[in-house]
Amino acid sequence: MWQHVLTIFIASALINNFVFSRYLGLCIFFGVTKRMETAVGMSFTFTAVMLVEAVLNWFIWTYVMVPYHLGFLKIVIFIGTVAAFVQAADTMMKKVAPALYYKLGIYLALIVTNCIILAVPLINADENYSLFESMALAVGSGLGFSLALIIMASIREKLELADVPKSFQGLPISFVLTGLIALAFLGFSGMITL
Amino acid sequence: MSNNTSLGTLFKNGIFGENPVFRLALSLCPAVAVTSGVKNGFLMGIAVLFVMTMTNVTVSLLRNFINPKVRIPSYVFITATWVTVIDQVMSAYQRDVYKQMGLYIMLIVAFAIILSRAEMFASKNKLLPSFVDGVGMGLGFTLALMLLGVFREFLGKGSLWGAHILPVKPLLIMIMPTGGFFAMGLMMGWLNWIDRRFFGGAGASSGGH
Repeated sequence: MWQHVLTIFIASALINNFVFSRYLGLCIFFGVTKRMETAVGMSFTFTAVMLVEAVLNWFIWTYVMVPYHLGFLKIVIFIGTVAAFVQAADTMMKKVAPALYYKLGIYLALIVTNCIILAVPLINADENYSLFESMALAVGSGLGFSLALIIMASIREKLELADVPKSFQGLPISFVLTGLIALAFLGFSGMITL
Repeated sequence: MSNNTSLGTLFKNGIFGENPVFRLALSLCPAVAVTSGVKNGFLMGIAVLFVMTMTNVTVSLLRNFINPKVRIPSYVFITATWVTVIDQVMSAYQRDVYKQMGLYIMLIVAFAIILSRAEMFASKNKLLPSFVDGVGMGLGFTLALMLLGVFREFLGKGSLWGAHILPVKPLLIMIMPTGGFFAMGLMMGWLNWIDRRFFGGAGASSGGH
């Protein structure tokens, strides 16, 4: 069982990396990678939120939605949970850890309206993962995303000094760059046969 | 957006002036994922068009009844409902395509473009303009996806919509994730260039959500 959990963890971090293989989270990916500090901040927030999200939604899925055949409502319910949780986390952080909130608070708001936060609970539901498998997916994807963010941020900081053609400045060249990194990540695909 | 804009202008705006993918750089996430083939891109585009139009229509119809304080969650709820509808329809009628991109269809609910159109336009305008705006943006999105799809499928598989055209061995890389990113970057850069060269524009935004 633990071997399977580990497999899912590595697969979601490297082989099925959310950014480079699944194209998810591009929204925040291009947004926060202009500077290293924002990338790191987002990495922390993201992994933490992802883990809690996955656990919360797993409980709702297993104990409420499956027994009552509410599977078709998963989109509505999961996004509801995400929104509610982020709102709660936002309020709690402000009161309990203001210093932390000051540093990472803005990323919370960004996370809600993006594609990637829904992806993990949806995958968990579709594949009917157990609790530990869901957590493995969440932490693995969080770490994989963090890796992607940090790699991109370090390149983009250097990119500011490069001589990019005018039409390509900003997003287009970032996309091409991401393509090159994705090419490198392809190398991981033979690692584990899932 | 003024209320006096003609419907035709509104419609064209969604396709050219404020094309969601290439101009506003919004909701790129799943958009790039499904364009490994023209057919997939087309179906995704149609799904988005459906959700956008129906969400705009619903928000416009309810605009006088939604309490401003809870409007964002309401819009998200409305979008989620329509996404569930199209998700169920697609899994019933296009089973094989759905298997490949089911996840991305469900993620339409997180599209920034739908929320922003509902907030900026549909909540302030009557039914018909909102409907046209939704259709225009949805079509713009579909066309953008199909363009990407043509680029990638033609170079990557030598076919278009499943019909083989090129007798030469294709560039496999184009249908992989890398190809998606390349295609997107090159397409955006190319469109920026066209915009600057022929229309005197400044190119697309570089922030992108």
